[in-house]
Amino acid sequence: MPERTPSQTVGPYLHIGLTQGAYGAREIFGANLADAGPSGRHIRIEGRVYDGEGKVVPDAVLEIWQADDQGRYAHPADGRPLASNSFRGFGRCPTDKDGVFAFATVKPGSVPGPAGAAQAPHINVGLFSRGLLKRLFTRIYFEGEPANAADPVLALVPADRRRTLLAKADPGNPGLFRFDLYLQGANETVFFDA
Amino acid sequence: MDDVYSRAGSRADPPYLVADYVGTRIRAPQRPLILIPQTLSEITGPVYGHSDVLPEEADLTKQHAGEPLGERIIVKGRVLDEAGRPVPNSLVEIWQCNAAGRYRHVVDQHEAPLDPNFTGAGRCVTDADGNYHFVSIKPGAYPWRNHPNAWRPAHIHLSLFGPSFLTRLVTQMYFPGDPLFRFDPIFNSVPDPKARERMICRFDLEATRPEWALAYHFDIVLRGSRATPLDADHA
Ligand SMILES: [Fe+3]
Repeated sequence: MPERTPSQTVGPYLHIGLTQGAYGAREIFGANLADAGPSGRHIRIEGRVYDGEGKVVPDAVLEIWQADDQGRYAHPADGRPLASNSFRGFGRCPTDKDGVFAFATVKPGSVPGPAGAAQAPHINVGLFSRGLLKRLFTRIYFEGEPANAADPVLALVPADRRRTLLAKADPGNPGLFRFDLYLQGANETVFFDA
Repeated sequence: MDDVYSRAGSRADPPYLVADYVGTRIRAPQRPLILIPQTLSEITGPVYGHSDVLPEEADLTKQHAGEPLGERIIVKGRVLDEAGRPVPNSLVEIWQCNAAGRYRHVVDQHEAPLDPNFTGAGRCVTDADGNYHFVSIKPGAYPWRNHPNAWRPAHIHLSLFGPSFLTRLVTQMYFPGDPLFRFDPIFNSVPDPKARERMICRFDLEATRPEWALAYHFDIVLRGSRATPLDADHA
């Protein structure tokens, strides 16, 4: 049997290959998942990435993967029919010089979980950058969502660290959620091994 | 819930913290990762295919008015999973520096010439047997500031998806016999020497185009599922 090809860092020049829009090339993936007009509540998720010295990370790329507003994934392993094929559920966004990323999307619905349990609405996140030899993997949940209390994955996270996975609604901007990532330190984001 | 994707193969990967690669010191998470089950969220993933790319995007030598300088090369191989099954319809994105070791990127200030005829990005989608194929030029070695007199061995960056969010892989392909291997903390971040060798392509005389380009073969093995649903049904 063949063995796995090891992971390596994206390095500092990832934009040439992964977010070519900045170089005038046609982009397959962008940060706007909602421009095809999928049903559901349209939201924006904005945040910053910080390193272990508390400095912003200006050369990361985030990838998100999520279900539609009914909790269905646009993928054959999710056998349920999609409302429409306008929502593909995948987005990619580089951080800017201030470490900021922003996605426009729809709020996902609850997703089926292990043993018939439901998972609270969440967005799967992959983070790549120089200094990361392999992807970091986490989830964005929504603060104040009643379903969080019964979520089987959040239940695996020590209670005092769950807040690192909660996007907060911005009181001044309807539809805007804030979610910062800390690679190290007292507020270190919870990262997963699946 | 049983795992769908194997976990054992991740031993091939480097750890997050590799002190010799200075950038990892302030970016590697310090707390242990939290082990989670593989739910519908993990075993699904983006579906992109042939309609998303143009055939000419696989030829990095045809993106400008003239031809880039350097050694023209063919880079091809197969994308497989750990069970040896081909991974079809999978997007492969690549990026690299030019023949002089310079990236067309605002951050790259290496004192080597840019090539007006080379951007250094390409993409293609694997065919039904998992094959991919690019035409490019051989990238140069380049210096970086990790430690005094640090140079990266020549490499091409590759990004792959596979069938789920868990099969996502970003790696680098190296060229045989590079004298810089033993000095490079990124290449050596992979602890197992056999796994390191799996990042080195092989020269493929059969695939060269006479009087036109040399060829290198590089198979990429993604995380595999333990069984296809069909296998499970018949178990
Ligand atoms: Fe590089």
